Amino acid sequence: MRLFDPHIHMTSRTTDDYVAMHAAGVRAVVEPAFWLGQPRTSPDSFHDYFDSLLGWEPFRAAQHGIVHHCTLALNPKEANDPRCAPVLDTLPRYLLKDSVVAVGEIGYDAMTPAEDAALAAQLDLAAQHGLPALVHTPHRDKAAGLARTLDLVRESALPPERVLLDHLNETTVAAAADSGCWLGFSIYPHTKMDERRMVTLLAEYASCQDRILVNSAADWGRSDPLKTRRVGDAMLAAGHHEDEVDQVLWRNPVAFYGLSGRLDLRLPAPDSSHEGNSVLRGGD
Amino acid sequence: MLTGGGREDPLLDEAYRWLCRRTDAAGRDWLDEALAEVRRAGPEPAATDGPAPLPAWEAHFAAAGRRCRRTKPEAVGPQAPGDSDIPDTPDNAGAPDDPATVARVLLLHAAGVRTGTLTRLYTRGTGAERRAVLRALPHLTAGPEALHLVTDALRTNDTRLIAAALGPYAATHLDPPAWRQAVLKCLFTGIPVAAISALSRRAAGDRELARMLADYAAERTAAGRDVPTDLCHVLTLTGKES
Ligand SMILES: [Zn+2]
Repeated sequence: MRLFDPHIHMTSRTTDDYVAMHAAGVRAVVEPAFWLGQPRTSPDSFHDYFDSLLGWEPFRAAQHGIVHHCTLALNPKEANDPRCAPVLDTLPRYLLKDSVVAVGEIGYDAMTPAEDAALAAQLDLAAQHGLPALVHTPHRDKAAGLARTLDLVRESALPPERVLLDHLNETTVAAAADSGCWLGFSIYPHTKMDERRMVTLLAEYASCQDRILVNSAADWGRSDPLKTRRVGDAMLAAGHHEDEVDQVLWRNPVAFYGLSGRLDLRLPAPDSSHEGNSVLRGGD
Repeated sequence: MLTGGGREDPLLDEAYRWLCRRTDAAGRDWLDEALAEVRRAGPEPAATDGPAPLPAWEAHFAAAGRRCRRTKPEAVGPQAPGDSDIPDTPDNAGAPDDPATVARVLLLHAAGVRTGTLTRLYTRGTGAERRAVLRALPHLTAGPEALHLVTDALRTNDTRLIAAALGPYAATHLDPPAWRQAVLKCLFTGIPVAAISALSRRAAGDRELARMLADYAAERTAAGRDVPTDLCHVLTLTGKES
């Protein structure tokens, strides 16, 4: 079973997680930029974080045989902090970079006017940069949050088929499916959404199976980086064919992030840590 | 070919030809167009501090990885999304260099980029962009003014970055204590010492390096671990006349 976790915060995970993920079949991840738990106080802490998602973390993932891409954005929580919001001025330069495959996570947290502005601006940035967008739907007041998110998507320059709505559940999936956006489900250990309910939703929304993505959204909170595998196992146990598992857990994320034209699923060679004997090196 | 910046650089001409053999037609066309655009724009104006518009070459520099990909000998076309195999087998095993790195170095050279801009590109660069800046140093910078980028890379634990930092520029400008630490770091992190430019010349007669290597060998032996063959190789080099 080959697995692509389309939403996981590896910065917060250990090397043991990487080892276990690889053993479970995970070969590719996308790490969205998000809140770190501890509030940031300046755009420069975002820059250092973005740099790490573009440098150190992909290197770390590659050591464990996993290809790492990222999505970059100002997250909705910190969009409310005037000390952080200026990162929107430097974000465009970051969106040019090779391993950035979407703008995200954007969306709503508490549905404030500052969040409106950041979401609208970043949907347009995605359109300008030829990138899709990963849109987080709020954990509180979810249905209203989704409705307001869809309003902004409609007003933006980004078509719904380039938007992934994440953290969906039974109460929001119908409206999300009608919108034409991609449908993302985060599977958590105890709350929000589990693998059993996910399999039920897959049966109910079989007609959308080519635009459903499942992720662990694992981060610094209570979460499980092997949830993609658990869903694959639950799908097989419920009678799904292996090809359907491959579609949901590999081909759909490849197709969605492939919209960027930047997804590169080849791992660097293990011996590329050295570039000895290189054409650029010249003689000693 | 005059690679750029008004300066001839035979090594970069060779690198350009190397690259043309290793990337597809779309990648070559992209590079030729990007280099032509950069040359038309002329050398970088001095003092571009503050929020200036993004120069064209900088957008090309950022996009080089997706525009200039290595052709796979067995591949007949671009990898179709959804068609990709599990990326267990790296496709560029044994490759001496990455086309995107070479393309970025050519762009930097054509743009005649100065140390201030190199520093900015490195500081806010991806791993691949940082490696390209490091590899461009000997082609763009005559003096030691960009050495802070080398020492920054040597402080990291990213083996690809460390290896890229240890090219001819470091061989020329790194002082002996820092250079010895870099050699030791390669041995610690498993980077083949073949990545270190001018290794034989700089190691020859270096008794302090010999002492450090012998101490490290003793530490490994005391721990019941093998002494890496690379260590013995460098130790031999230190015994030669400088
Ligand atoms: Zn998240």
